[in-house]
Amino acid sequence: MESEIKVAIKNLYKIFGKNPAGMISHVQNGISKKELLEKFDSVLALNDVNIEIPAKGIQVIMGLSGSGKSTLIRHVNRLIEPTSGELIVDGKNVLEMGKTELREFRRRTASMVFQRFALLPHHTILENVSYGLTIQNISKNDAAERSQQWIDKVGLNGYEKHFPSQLSGGMQQRVGLARALATDAEILLMDEAFSALDPLIRTEMQDVLLRLQEELHKTILFITHDLDEALRIGDNIAILRDGLVVQKGTSEEIILNPADKYVTDFIKDINRGRVLRVSAIMDSSKLTKGVEIEKNMIIDDALQIISKSGLSKAIVTEDGKPIGSVEIGRMIEAIARPNDNTDETATYH
Amino acid sequence: MSWLEKIPTMDRQELRDLKKYIDFGFRDFSRAYGDAIEAFFDPLLYFLVWLEKFLINAPWPIILVIIAILAWVGSRSLFVVLGTVGSFLLIGYFGMWTDTMATLAIITVSTLLCIAIGLPIGIFMSRSDRLQSVVTPILDVMQTIPSFVYLIPVVMLLGIGKVPGLIAVCIYALPPIVRLTNLGIRLVDKEVLEAADAFGSSYRQKLFHVQIPLALPNIFAGVNQTIMMALAMVVIASMIGVKGLGVPVLRAVSNQYLALGLLNGLAIVALAIIFDRITQSFGKRLQKHLESEHGV
Repeated sequence: MESEIKVAIKNLYKIFGKNPAGMISHVQNGISKKELLEKFDSVLALNDVNIEIPAKGIQVIMGLSGSGKSTLIRHVNRLIEPTSGELIVDGKNVLEMGKTELREFRRRTASMVFQRFALLPHHTILENVSYGLTIQNISKNDAAERSQQWIDKVGLNGYEKHFPSQLSGGMQQRVGLARALATDAEILLMDEAFSALDPLIRTEMQDVLLRLQEELHKTILFITHDLDEALRIGDNIAILRDGLVVQKGTSEEIILNPADKYVTDFIKDINRGRVLRVSAIMDSSKLTKGVEIEKNMIIDDALQIISKSGLSKAIVTEDGKPIGSVEIGRMIEAIARPNDNTDETATYH
Repeated sequence: MSWLEKIPTMDRQELRDLKKYIDFGFRDFSRAYGDAIEAFFDPLLYFLVWLEKFLINAPWPIILVIIAILAWVGSRSLFVVLGTVGSFLLIGYFGMWTDTMATLAIITVSTLLCIAIGLPIGIFMSRSDRLQSVVTPILDVMQTIPSFVYLIPVVMLLGIGKVPGLIAVCIYALPPIVRLTNLGIRLVDKEVLEAADAFGSSYRQKLFHVQIPLALPNIFAGVNQTIMMALAMVVIASMIGVKGLGVPVLRAVSNQYLALGLLNGLAIVALAIIFDRITQSFGKRLQKHLESEHGV
């Protein structure tokens, strides 16, 4: 998906410690995270992060806990100040903004959804959703009217007068989502937004997000530690380890060509048939006979069709026109778990 | 080696000079500024006198109705309202109405004063660790120093009367509201504050929409403690000319009037219980939104 870059994170470093600026040169000279901690008592949180996020897409940042992903997302609206680097949104460097400008940026351009919801416990659902609007000094009636639309859209109609504590976790996060959407910000920052929910509710919330995104086309930065979630909703995925981006790409690129052992371990247990699409493994030899498979179909579905047909090959189509073919053996090969060719067992912190 | 046997002491003459220096210094200070300071407290005095007169002179049924309404508004409990009305009727029946009204007046004014001073101090304290480390020991001193000790300079400065009494009460009753405001604001969930920041709240918006409302249960516990401590000071304040239930207690102590002391003492206890129940149930109602059906 080619489109303009909405958010560009450039050479971003974040070091926690007494003299973070002085540590940059050590980091650039290749000191390890462990060494930096032992020698200088400083924590390397982000190490030369470069990510370009296209407008209207969902960029997933993924990593285990401690990989720096929550720190990274907080740089976008400057809840955390970087040690060095640039953060360009719509061509403007967020890091150069003054206090008032930053406040306006947070009010209108980027809104956020939090892992543990962070709703105001003393406000009703309606008041919570309209929080972003009321602090912009929009009149109470206007704010309530606009908020009501979002409450309806996330499916909380009828709960306007409830307090957050009266709602289940999934419902509370719907409130969090509605609150973030109500300000009409173009950028949505989601910090492990669904991680605190149980699996069924999590899938349900992913559906809610994807459904809304079809209509809203926000630029979404989504943090998660759950690979299935990342593959399901991410247009692009960046994998973070110890503050370093180890791989960037679409879900298919990551699955087919994992950059290193860390990523390989990550993708080992996922159901590849539900992620990979036919287009990734087809070849261009044209067929004249057989069942037709759309090129964007996931392999799981394609296998069902092809096995019913009793043939070993199928025609791959794009917009109804044949563009190539795919063979059943190739499909099975693609979804089989790659063999572990290394004996060493790596450990990650 | 005499210093081993006897603790080194200041020269007697020097010590006398030092004390003299402090005494005269303060005397000069009070002569120079006493009137100005007294004038500064005039509005407070007028308010206190007005309230006392109103409470004493208004027909007792009206006062009783007002108190009953306040009790209802605070507690929403018929039991508390009936208990309150009953206690005040008994107080009146035993001839302590006027003194009780005077005590009520000074408790009200000193509580309001403590809130007006303590709340902002508590808020500033929660903002700065340095201020907290400065104010906390001062609060400790205010709470532990024997009240008679600070009665001396207050009386030297302002003489005997209602205002010094008020100040004495406030010195003792101020710390809890400061402490609990500070604590309450510091205890506000960091994640909620982060959310407020992320949506672009200004400092004021954060303070008034998030921090103070969420700290309110704690702040209210502070108000409750302040009222209790103000009541505890009633007798001591009566030593420097504050009218109220403390006066007969003091008389009872010096003349060994058991019944008089007991009755007035019990009246103070009754006031304390009433205030406590009303403010506590009000504080609990402030947390109603936390009662969950689902649990988080």
